[in-house]
Amino acid sequence: MNILETHHIVKDYAEHRALDDVSINIPKGSIFGLLGPNGAGKTSLIRIINQITGPDEGKVLFDGQPLNEDHIRRIGYLPEERGLYKKMKVGDQLLYLARLKGLSKSEAMDKLKIWFTKFDIKTWWDKQVSDLSKGMQQKVQFVSTVLHQPDLIILDEPFSGFDPINANLIRDEILELREKGSTIIFSTHRMETVEELCDYIALIHRSKKVLDGPKKQIKEQFKTNTFFVEHSGTLNGLAELYQITESRVLPAGLTRSQIRLPEGGSPNQLLQDLLPKVEIHSFGENIPSMSDVFMRAVNEVPES
Amino acid sequence: MKNILLVLQREYLVRVKKKSFIIMTFLTPFLFVGFYAAMIWIAIGSTESKTIEVLDESKLFINQFKDTEELKFTYINEPLDSAKSAFTTNKGSGVNALVFIPKDVLDHPKDVRIYAAKNVSLDLKSDIEKTIERQIENIKLTEAGITRKIIEDARVNVSSETISLNEEGEKSSSSGAATIIGGICAFMIYLSVFVYGTQVMRGVTEEKTSRIVEVIISSVKPYQLMMGKIVGVALVGLTQFVLWILLTVLFISAAGYAFKDKMGDNPQAKIEQVQKSMPAGGAMSTAATSAGNDNPVTEVLGAVSSLNIPYIIACFLFYYLGGYFFYSALFGAVGAAVDNDADTQQFMLPITMPIIISFFFAQFALRDPDGPLAFWASIIPFTSPIVMMVRVPFGVPGWQLALSMILLVLGLMGTVWLAARIYRVGILMYGKKVSYKELGKWIFYKI
Repeated sequence: MNILETHHIVKDYAEHRALDDVSINIPKGSIFGLLGPNGAGKTSLIRIINQITGPDEGKVLFDGQPLNEDHIRRIGYLPEERGLYKKMKVGDQLLYLARLKGLSKSEAMDKLKIWFTKFDIKTWWDKQVSDLSKGMQQKVQFVSTVLHQPDLIILDEPFSGFDPINANLIRDEILELREKGSTIIFSTHRMETVEELCDYIALIHRSKKVLDGPKKQIKEQFKTNTFFVEHSGTLNGLAELYQITESRVLPAGLTRSQIRLPEGGSPNQLLQDLLPKVEIHSFGENIPSMSDVFMRAVNEVPES
Repeated sequence: MKNILLVLQREYLVRVKKKSFIIMTFLTPFLFVGFYAAMIWIAIGSTESKTIEVLDESKLFINQFKDTEELKFTYINEPLDSAKSAFTTNKGSGVNALVFIPKDVLDHPKDVRIYAAKNVSLDLKSDIEKTIERQIENIKLTEAGITRKIIEDARVNVSSETISLNEEGEKSSSSGAATIIGGICAFMIYLSVFVYGTQVMRGVTEEKTSRIVEVIISSVKPYQLMMGKIVGVALVGLTQFVLWILLTVLFISAAGYAFKDKMGDNPQAKIEQVQKSMPAGGAMSTAATSAGNDNPVTEVLGAVSSLNIPYIIACFLFYYLGGYFFYSALFGAVGAAVDNDADTQQFMLPITMPIIISFFFAQFALRDPDGPLAFWASIIPFTSPIVMMVRVPFGVPGWQLALSMILLVLGLMGTVWLAARIYRVGILMYGKKVSYKELGKWIFYKI
């Protein structure tokens, strides 16, 4: 079941096409990474999901229904460019934003109390936003994003501006929200975040979707079928059977070699071939990191 | 609709709770009343009587100087030099000035001298000069064989009363009161369009530069956000007006109470004196004298009450709101088009020009409320909020008022529509130097 589906979205601006036939499916309860270089069209897509703008072509389904105004209150959005009213008290501001999302005053108050206790920020209620540090403002803004318990939470670079302690705090909250049934879209180009948290990803590049699916599966696709081995001794004669892409001497006197399997070759066979020749200290498959995937996917798309 | 109300509520409360709003609201009527109170105070304070010695060598002016409450004249008969030295040595004797009239004053009227320890007031100087002039004039006329009686018969005092003649019959109208009321209304609208229009613009730029706008418009439509802001600020303006009026009345009654005993038995005269010494008071007494009555205050009140006050207030509210919406929408669009306050200048001119021109036209309309300039300016929506308010107290034909109102409503719908089109694009557009051409394109963007 998908909480959100976009079908063949096209969005044109005056001088360029921001989104070109973009279709993605976001499964309920997942953490979905929306990746792409700057200016790829991520923000345009997010704005369409938030109904800030509308697509020129294509349609968006939210929980199976065409996107409409009732869905606004089921979505929480944290834009990359954070902002709050500077000359407004923290408490008043959060109440206001919650009520714009359709919460009643008393509902909003109850929920705010819980969050203020949780983040230990009770003393902030009567402070002006301009008196808070940037990190504190980020926390306030995070609360405003998730306060109305949205089914879909869209976070654009959520960890920028947080120190590691607060970043962890926010990460734990995100995971907890997922436990409670929310779906999370991360728009980011911080690959370690994606590596750590995302179940699914979609990569947008030059207005087009170039990749999407479960993270594991995508990594699988991008495997190069190479293995690394750290050994003492030399790999005499192995080059006739396998392609050795790299071999370098480590400081401890060991050699680390990268070996590519031929089509249909298995790692066990490789080990058998290695055993008589060298002493193996470690052996493993090269799994591509998300940043490898990102770099390769982006570089494969030709300049248009 | 619920969202517009939420936005409106925030915009209103944020502004009304501001220190500057509270200070302005209390300080303005306080200063206004304080200014008048100070004038009255000064008028009362200067009532100690002065003694003037008159040394009249010509013997033509005996008993011509009339004692008043403030001035006492005594006549002396001694040489000028001794009089002068007596004046300087007996400073404490209570003589404030010495008037010397030479023997040949008829031929050399410029030789009249006023000696005083300190400079004498202009009022005193002109009083003395007038008395002398009149006496010399009398003497010379008499010499020519014309008596005072002939002159008095020849002098005709014309004071016409303006009567507005219409279906309801004759009614004593008061162009003076209409001028004042019209002028005040027009000025208030002029000022509030500027003050509150700029507030709308600032508010929009603030949301844009603080980047909160993206969060807000993920909850409310840009149009709702804009309208909530415009209406919220309009209510702030109305609140301020109402508080000003209430506080002014309160302060005046408080000041009146404080002055009650000081005013003594003739408070009316004091007020009259104060009014005469002030330009605004001058206009008021013109209004009063045109009706030919001795008591200017009651006369002005009477003149004002001859105007249809509820009708004028209704028109004022309509044109205040109409003019404000018409222009504040445009101010809002400018706020959305730029990245910060400093960039607003280039787009301000086309908005501020018609407002300033309206104010000029309003001054012409005050002089000639039914002239062609006043007519056209009060029909066209760009200028009508200010110019029509000048004409309303003088009486405007129903069809003109209706036409002007309909056009204003259509006009403001137009500017609100236009502003909304620019606004929805502008609030999400950053880091771009915007030109008029660009703005034009935005109007036709689809979002």
